[in-house]
Amino acid sequence: MNMKTSRKTKPRKNPLLMFIHKMGSPPWFYQFSGKLIPWFWLIFAVLATWALYLGLFKAPADYLQGESVRIMYLHVPAAWMSMLIYSLMAVMGFIALVWRIRMMEILAIASAPIGAAFTIVTLASGSLWGRPTWGTYWVWDARLTSELVLLFLYLGVIGLYKSIDEPRKAARAACLLAIVGAVNLPIIHFSVKWWNTLHQGSSISLLGGSSIDASMLWPLLIMAVATKFYYGANLLTRARVSLLEQDKRKSWVREAIMEQD
Amino acid sequence: MSHIPFILAAYFIAAVVLFWCAMAPLVRKKSIARDIRRLTQIEDIPRDSDA
Repeated sequence: MNMKTSRKTKPRKNPLLMFIHKMGSPPWFYQFSGKLIPWFWLIFAVLATWALYLGLFKAPADYLQGESVRIMYLHVPAAWMSMLIYSLMAVMGFIALVWRIRMMEILAIASAPIGAAFTIVTLASGSLWGRPTWGTYWVWDARLTSELVLLFLYLGVIGLYKSIDEPRKAARAACLLAIVGAVNLPIIHFSVKWWNTLHQGSSISLLGGSSIDASMLWPLLIMAVATKFYYGANLLTRARVSLLEQDKRKSWVREAIMEQD
Repeated sequence: MSHIPFILAAYFIAAVVLFWCAMAPLVRKKSIARDIRRLTQIEDIPRDSDA
């Protein structure tokens, strides 16, 4: 027998696939995310402080909006996050439904309260910006109304999940609602183009560049990055808590809790 | 019209909402950890201890 032909070659494993596979294991995810969370909070704190300093003290007042432009350094990143989180929730919900990956269900559901919080910040800060700029706190404008619908969608996902006792059934129902609700995302984004709205169009575009000065652009972008780390830290924390709650009768959870004492 | 109260109110609301959103899972975790410890203690009691 020829030894060369009979020797079995070890199949090569894709490191990314290995990582994704590992992330699907609750004990591994719990340990790994526990190491990431403090770093995410630290990066968020540093970037948010830097962005606030630039936005509130260094950036100039706008020639039309005056000092109220400083609300934009909060409002715009929060609005971006409200939409980004919903998109991620819908994608994770889709993966959870198609491939039945439990970690994806947990991450999708854990995203909803964070997205709702950013949507509340968006609506509140936008309203407080509108009063001195437009002369009103609220108008039933397409952009404002579709953002309000986004908040109701988030609340719907949270409510539906909480209304069903069995966590996996609840997660699947909520994921389905998240996917259906994703139809609102292009409506929010294109509302300022499709309808004649009071809300201004975008000043920043990934492809078309930016129409605002660098002194105003940087605080906005830094805050936008900071909010991503806030989301990351908060999402992982919520996912860990959900795991503890769902797996509380399993030995790895008890070991993890005892290790903390 | 001074814009300062509007700016302060916007940042204050954001701080409260995001702080609450970050703290809520930690409070929940504390209560779950307490439940798990209680559950572990109950299950660790030998069955013949009440005999």
